Amino acid sequence: MIAPLNHEQLLDLRQCLERGLPRVSRPYEDLAEQIGAHHLQVLKQMQQWQEQGLFRRVGLVLNHRALGYVANAMLVLDVPDALIDEVGQRLGRAPGITLCYQRPRRLPHWRYNLFCMVHGRERAAVQAQIQALLDQHLLADLPHHLLFSTRMFKQCGGRFAPPPSQVWAHG
Amino acid sequence: MELDELTARLIDRYQHGMPLCAEPYLEMANTLGCSEKELMACLQRLELAGALSRVGPVFDHSRAGASTLAALAVPAERLEQVAARISRYPEVNHNYAREHHYNLWFVLTGPNRRHLEQILEELEKDTGLVPLDLPMLTSYRIDLGFALGGHP
Repeated sequence: MIAPLNHEQLLDLRQCLERGLPRVSRPYEDLAEQIGAHHLQVLKQMQQWQEQGLFRRVGLVLNHRALGYVANAMLVLDVPDALIDEVGQRLGRAPGITLCYQRPRRLPHWRYNLFCMVHGRERAAVQAQIQALLDQHLLADLPHHLLFSTRMFKQCGGRFAPPPSQVWAHG
Repeated sequence: MELDELTARLIDRYQHGMPLCAEPYLEMANTLGCSEKELMACLQRLELAGALSRVGPVFDHSRAGASTLAALAVPAERLEQVAARISRYPEVNHNYAREHHYNLWFVLTGPNRRHLEQILEELEKDTGLVPLDLPMLTSYRIDLGFALGGHP
């Protein structure tokens, strides 16, 4: 029987994980030491979080810019509400789309409600790829806009863990 | 950076589904047919080239707390200063300039929605610019990282 981590250890573990796994042969031993626990407790907690869906994925988190994927475009579309799920699911499955989210409109400033990210090596190729995608799915007549990134000021992992004063954990 | 064959395979295989076990790097190395030491060297090269931000879990925003995509329409001459102000928040994890009237886009994450609203209110007060607050309503794609495709 492996004892569960206590509240403080859970918060500490989450904070450690947001910075990434230590790159040593036995990373969970390293983490266990940092939070004052046994590595089997940490591993069991990781498996639980995985099953509960707290992790979107576990693996290498890359910076695509450094890999040459410098053309980063956000495609935004104004999709009629009645069609948003159908269009979202179709674009979400399309090759080359890395994220596909519905977000609220903010009228009159912002009319678009579907957001897709596309990464590529060259701007012209990304533009052509998106145009082909819109044509293929008969979406080219919907109001849409392509926002290429021109500068990256910051990119790192999310910091969800609350400051220690707040009582909040995912057990 | 130029990727060797092993590094390209490592990237395509392990952005998603890294083993959760006592010696994950050894298991990954065994699957890829290299030594743990070679695998560690690959990771270190990627990191030194700025291509690897970390190894480990990417938290689901909706379950791990709150997050939102925010945007500001910043006068060009103030872009640098406002972007630096925004990047200073530990709650900001992406901050990009984009080609649009709304030219500065950033992602905020925090323990709850109220926390994010406070930051947006603070930013509005400090900069005199009104942010767009665009939290995710529905996700239509599972994040699998991105495929290198076409790589040897």
